Amino acid sequence: MLKLSSLSKDFGALRVLDNLDLAIPTRGIFGLIGPNGAGKTTIFNLITGLLPPSSGSIEFLGERLNGLPPFMITRRGIARTFQNIRLFKDMTAEENVLVAMGDLSKYHTLKALLPGGYRDDENSQRKSARELLSRVGLSAKAHQPAAFLSYGEQRRLELARALATRPKLLLLDEPAAGMNAAEKQQLMEEIEKLEASGLSIVLIEHDMRFVMGICAEIAVLNFGRWIAQGSPTEIRAHPKVIEAYLGNNDTGDT
Amino acid sequence: MEWLDSFWSTYSTLVLSTGTNVLLALSIYITLACGLLSVANAGFMAIGAYSAALLTLHTGTPLTLALILGAIAAAMMALLIGVPTLRLSGVYLAMATLAFGEVVRILILNAEDLTGGALGLNGIPQLGGLLEVMISVTLALYIFLRLAHSQVGRSMTAISQDEIATELMGLNVRAYKLFCFVVGAALAGLAGALNAHFTFFISPNEYGFERAVEILAMGVIGGVSSPWGAVLGGSLITALPELLRGMGRYRPLINGAILIIIILYSPKGLWDGLRSVLRRTRG
Amino acid sequence: MLAQQIINGLSLGGVYALFALGFTLIFGVLSIINLAHGAIFMIGAYAALHAVLVFHFALLPAIFVAIVITGVAGWILDKFIFAPLRARRAPHLAPMIATIGVAICLTSLAEGYFGSENLRFPPDILPSSTLSLAGVQVNWLDLKIILLVLLLMGFMLWVIRDSRTGRALRSVAESPKAAALLGANVEGLFLATSVIASILGGVAGVLIALYTNAVFPNMGQPMLHKGIAVVIIGGMGDVRGALIGGFFLGFAEVLTIAYIGSSMRDAVAFGLLFSVLLVRPAGLFGHAPQRRV
Repeated sequence: MLKLSSLSKDFGALRVLDNLDLAIPTRGIFGLIGPNGAGKTTIFNLITGLLPPSSGSIEFLGERLNGLPPFMITRRGIARTFQNIRLFKDMTAEENVLVAMGDLSKYHTLKALLPGGYRDDENSQRKSARELLSRVGLSAKAHQPAAFLSYGEQRRLELARALATRPKLLLLDEPAAGMNAAEKQQLMEEIEKLEASGLSIVLIEHDMRFVMGICAEIAVLNFGRWIAQGSPTEIRAHPKVIEAYLGNNDTGDT
Repeated sequence: MEWLDSFWSTYSTLVLSTGTNVLLALSIYITLACGLLSVANAGFMAIGAYSAALLTLHTGTPLTLALILGAIAAAMMALLIGVPTLRLSGVYLAMATLAFGEVVRILILNAEDLTGGALGLNGIPQLGGLLEVMISVTLALYIFLRLAHSQVGRSMTAISQDEIATELMGLNVRAYKLFCFVVGAALAGLAGALNAHFTFFISPNEYGFERAVEILAMGVIGGVSSPWGAVLGGSLITALPELLRGMGRYRPLINGAILIIIILYSPKGLWDGLRSVLRRTRG
Repeated sequence: MLAQQIINGLSLGGVYALFALGFTLIFGVLSIINLAHGAIFMIGAYAALHAVLVFHFALLPAIFVAIVITGVAGWILDKFIFAPLRARRAPHLAPMIATIGVAICLTSLAEGYFGSENLRFPPDILPSSTLSLAGVQVNWLDLKIILLVLLLMGFMLWVIRDSRTGRALRSVAESPKAAALLGANVEGLFLATSVIASILGGVAGVLIALYTNAVFPNMGQPMLHKGIAVVIIGGMGDVRGALIGGFFLGFAEVLTIAYIGSSMRDAVAFGLLFSVLLVRPAGLFGHAPQRRV
């Protein structure tokens, strides 16, 4: 579904990603792990078009993504959440989701100028927004400003917002960060449900139990290079992976 | 109806100026609401004013057409400089647009043969303007209010809070910003064209720094939470010199002090400030 | 003749550079477009003039008076206007409007106290002797101006490049939040920047007053326009840009007046400005802020 070919990224003299090849299958949750600074979020930034690759290409469903502006990549069907939450703090939960449905090809600006011109479109969009909010368990908070939600609720809102863009591929950047065990369990189930409904998912996480628990396949990145790729069982026992993690303080959840 | 006539003869310019100032305030509201710190509107106002005035003066163009063409001229200039400068953000954009306004003024100053240079343009046909001002303000307000409550308004607020997140929601942020910039310019151009036709005389100095700063003050005082803020900002800035008329020598001092006080106590704009005061008194 | 123009360019450019440096410091570190900078420039000129006329100070002590007065003005500006607005999380352009208010107040106060006519420094205070340098008669005044400017610039560059304060300033300019987390006294640094920037503006005011021998309440306005032009051409928020841009503009103006005609003087500055805006809006040395990903 998503293919990275010889992808490299340099920041000045620093080579952050080095000639990466990767093929992400359509089915099964794909995990991306590695010590801090390995370059995982950079890969997401390249895929979503926030940064241009220094060399190499990215293909999605057979079409090249290089050079496309981020909004077009989203419209092609790739959505992401962020490591540090980027919600619209002053807008309500419902409005946050509505922005994501704001692709104007859905409602005509000129029609909007007529009295009552956009009432129907608005209502149908609000309905869809509320459905998404209830999917993530936030119906009660629809009219709360995003800044007033708890951390866990904000993460769920981010997810709802990403889903509102009707993606085919969902990139989750540390979705479980800051959650307690119960919330993580709930999140795992939610992600599995999403995958089962036909959505392709790639996630970056530091919590090993989380990753091993839901991912069908995992790729491990260190210093911008792959050091291993395979099923959770294979990765858990892989010598290079163990070495990479023992070399840092980052051993995930024990 | 006699009092109406005498009211009009004394206050006509004030009323008309309030109208054009509200238009100017709306022109900067739409850019601020999108997060664009653009201070170029005085320059766009000048372009609109001179284009329209030259048309009516030299070619006898009917007023409405001249107004429209003035607005279009400003819009085209906005398109030209918008593409490179909108890549800047924050105060960098403010600086660049401030400078742009100055450049327009200097250009007009130096194109003496066409614009009369420093001596200005005199004898602009007095084609009235109350009707046109009222129509323009009503139309602009209506359109902006509709947009503000629609998807467009929501997207603009999102862009002003976090451009990158908004772009990742599938919205063409660059196009939105350019749209707001150009619409703001057209409105400022329209205001300039209207203004030229009830003041007989225009000169480059009217559209310089002081004007840019005045428009900005209207925008900041009005705030971005609603187009009504622009109405408030525009009216206040027009009324202030009149209200202070009795203060003689101290006028600019009080003017300056009022500006400072308003900003310190209502940094998000008076409309927002008044609303929160109302909310608090309602308990 | 050319040598004379070079001297003129250096002195005028030097003063522009000083003024622009003050402006760009507040822009770069506090992210504020300080439209009161011109008014503070004017206050500096009046302070020195007053010291000379009323208290019969010599030139150097008078400049010192200007430094003190404008330093205090910068302190007041940050303490009572910028800091409260920061605390209230005011929108970006709010401080700019407040500085407009300040500029209006200062200008009207100066006009009320000193009157609106053009005032001059007494002739005996201005060094009128000339020096023979490379076969050209150079005015001692111009030389002193250039020397003072170079001294101040050298000092500023040292402060910003090599000292701990300078590094702290640069880190605050990049990201106040990060700098605060690293233990920098962000509020103190903002205050210090406002004071230093105002002093630079004030000294520029005295020097221009000496150079043109004219002090009047609105003298800050045209200077502010020039300052903006310099900062845009040279690069916004960049110290080198302000310095190089200032000299560049000074030379451009001097040469334009000498060889083309004084009426084109402003047009040259703004023609340059417009081209820079279209081609490289961040200016020669400027860098538009990176997108935060």
